[in-house]
Amino acid sequence: MKKAILILMLLAVLAGNVSALDAERKVMDNGLIVLHSQRTNLPMVVVNLLIKASPLDVDAKKAGLADLTAGMLSEGTGRRTAEQISEEVEFIGAAIGADADDDYTTISMSVLKKDIDKGFDVFTDVLLNPVFPSKELENMQGRIVGSIRQSEEDPQYIAGVEFGKAVFGEHPYGRPVSGSVESVTVISRSDLVGFHRKYYAPNNSILSVVGDISSDELMDIMKKYFSGWTRRDIPMRPTYEVSVIDSPKIIKIDRELTQANIVLGHIGIERKDPDYHAVSVMNFILGGGGFSSRLMQRVRDELGLAYDVHSFFMSAKQKGYFQAGVQTKNEAANKVIREILVQIERMISEDVSKEELDGAKAYLTGSFPRRLDTMSKLSGLLAQVEFYGLGMSYEKDYIAGINKVTIEDVRRVANKYLYPDRYVLVVVADQDKAGIKDSP
Amino acid sequence: MRKCIYIFLFAVMLLPACLSAEVMEDRLDNGMKVLIIEDHKAPVATFQVWYKVGSRDEPAGKRGISHLLEHMMFKGTPKYGSKVFSQMIKNNGGVDNAFTTRDHTAYFQILSSDRLDISIELEADRMRNLLLDPKELEAEARVVMEERRLRTEDDPQNLLFEEVIAAAFKAHPYKYPVIGWMSDLSSIDRDDMADYYNKYYSPDNAFIIVVGDVDAGEVLKEIRAAFGPIPKGAARPEVATEEPEQSGEKRVYLEKEASLPYILIAYHVPNFPDEDSYALDVLSSILSGKSGRLYRNIINGDKVAVNAFGEYLSDYLDPMLFILGGTALPGKDIEEVETALIEEIEKIKRIPPLEREVQKARNQVEAAFIMGQDSLYSQARVIGSFEMLGGWRLKDRYVDGIRNVKPEDVQRVARKYFVKNNRTVGILMPRSNSKGKNMR
Repeated sequence: MKKAILILMLLAVLAGNVSALDAERKVMDNGLIVLHSQRTNLPMVVVNLLIKASPLDVDAKKAGLADLTAGMLSEGTGRRTAEQISEEVEFIGAAIGADADDDYTTISMSVLKKDIDKGFDVFTDVLLNPVFPSKELENMQGRIVGSIRQSEEDPQYIAGVEFGKAVFGEHPYGRPVSGSVESVTVISRSDLVGFHRKYYAPNNSILSVVGDISSDELMDIMKKYFSGWTRRDIPMRPTYEVSVIDSPKIIKIDRELTQANIVLGHIGIERKDPDYHAVSVMNFILGGGGFSSRLMQRVRDELGLAYDVHSFFMSAKQKGYFQAGVQTKNEAANKVIREILVQIERMISEDVSKEELDGAKAYLTGSFPRRLDTMSKLSGLLAQVEFYGLGMSYEKDYIAGINKVTIEDVRRVANKYLYPDRYVLVVVADQDKAGIKDSP
Repeated sequence: MRKCIYIFLFAVMLLPACLSAEVMEDRLDNGMKVLIIEDHKAPVATFQVWYKVGSRDEPAGKRGISHLLEHMMFKGTPKYGSKVFSQMIKNNGGVDNAFTTRDHTAYFQILSSDRLDISIELEADRMRNLLLDPKELEAEARVVMEERRLRTEDDPQNLLFEEVIAAAFKAHPYKYPVIGWMSDLSSIDRDDMADYYNKYYSPDNAFIIVVGDVDAGEVLKEIRAAFGPIPKGAARPEVATEEPEQSGEKRVYLEKEASLPYILIAYHVPNFPDEDSYALDVLSSILSGKSGRLYRNIINGDKVAVNAFGEYLSDYLDPMLFILGGTALPGKDIEEVETALIEEIEKIKRIPPLEREVQKARNQVEAAFIMGQDSLYSQARVIGSFEMLGGWRLKDRYVDGIRNVKPEDVQRVARKYFVKNNRTVGILMPRSNSKGKNMR
């Protein structure tokens, strides 16, 4: 659940009409899918390797294993110590990072063109030969425990964790990607070795390369650095059931705060849902469209009760969720919660205006070029389009999909996917001052 | 542009000259400077207006007025009503926002380069014709109070930062937070705001930056037509206060509900482009990153901190601070973190850093300059920061200055500024949750 908003933004990005997704797609002999887009405006290269390895592949007791495995890649290999890895990468002003998300693990790199060889040498070393040294693992676990404790100072983090648990129950999406203090500490070196061996396979991965590198140069790199990566059988990824709760569930957490941190929402839709476009337009009008959204206009502009108020649908491989979020002074909490529910109910009971519909569509389609205007954005996007099976003509399909949405569609999907009487509400606040009502 | 790349590869020393050549500079008769960079990689552009006014310029009792005015800039003119500007940008697939610092206030849009006319027309309009409706002002002050609760009051680490800055400065207005005080925010009325706006928002106190897929000559013509008729403002007072030398360590403590203790150690240092600023920047590099000394020795070595940093606040109009900081690992005392941070500086005072460490800092600066150009927005922001400090050409001086730093320079500045009498130490002492059990 860690990077939910980011995922959504990256996905919402797939709008517009520009020939920016003009990548070359190849499947290597070992099953690795390679996406390549040459851009010569700057002497640099950005790489994203997406591996289908995530909390979906991890038992609840070991929650955090996918992210810890990613984080430990650069803590030592057969050829380099952790110190050598960071020194070699940072000495050339490059960056290599790895982490897990709800659906996959990403290893990314940005490097100057003149250092491409050095970059891929280290990149493939950490990918293929990590040894997960016990001492470094222990240090890392200590730091993760520390940073989880630190996150617990953040009321929005607390609200997010409680929301995930309540909405998803036993589904891995309901757990923080980095795990809990308890789960992280029981993970052993052999868990990491096993996870890496099982899932870090070429036929389970997508490599996206964007920048000042030609097709021939890339193929040389592939031969030189990736040829030792061999195909393996991948365990089946389990699927999990989740359902909508049948009545509102209110969770109150008492902290010494001046503001109530409020999240309200429920199960949403998966990324491949045919209603994805209509839902995007609907949510843009409700709370996704920044200053032009209804929530922002009402709660911030008219009432002056919040700095930020928003809603989003996080749509992943196996389901997703809808969430509205806001912070307001404790005393105004009930009023703002009521207002959010009113706006959700309005989406269901009334048609949106033609102006709102057109504005949402204009933004969602017109923002496409801007969202692909850097090498990093394009590289990340190419890998995601492939992973979610959206197809190389995605840009066209997306534009068409958004443009097709009607006022009736918006009302229909609001009815189908918003549940103003079956939500989870989490309020982290000074509860004496907030006095949250049991039926808002 | 292409030529630029090859010059860089073959002769690194030519890089600055090459980067500078891309900027087209012009000054209107009313004193407003215009900087344009053509970058044709995507059909997108950013338009930015920077005003030379920030919290440093605010009168007593009106702390936060610069930032509140930034909010009011979105509340319309007689010609274009409240939020109309943002709405027009959004309907064209763009984004807009603004930021206020201690020294300046800047507004930006990122949008399709063929719709830059919207930015030009509406930025010119709101430079002169802001409505400042009293009702809107009152609502917006409440929004900013929520912003203060969100970012400062309920965030113990940010609150400590506010305390440390306030303690470190006794004379210079940098001591006041940009967001202002609750009492001041509620006392700022329409007349205060109109006076402030008329005093500081004029073409001779602003500059424009355009970066993107544009024809510089064409854009300049449009800018001249829109901004040219706006008259110069009256003379404005300059902040002449110099912070007197500190002669004794200051310590501040903050007790808040938090999970881990946190420390900030601030030293008064000169700002860029002082001769010592380059070595201070390199010092910050040597401490930072995973291969940096703080990670190696304090986080991973002694294992006393979850995180630690050494940040040089260099890009201010007047001398600011170099801040060391860190969060204690669970079970460790904050005194251990304090001792460890100070010891890292003492080591450099005793023995100069390695030539390789200094070289790494140079490489990182150069790589960051190239990679930073991947984003139009950050290109413009870098140019704007240098322009604020005296002229965008200082960018070249910065790269040269970093290149000329020797290990002995780093040792010299460590000895000169990192002395006990010149430091302010702030410590966040966590207080456990006195609110009792979570309620369900």
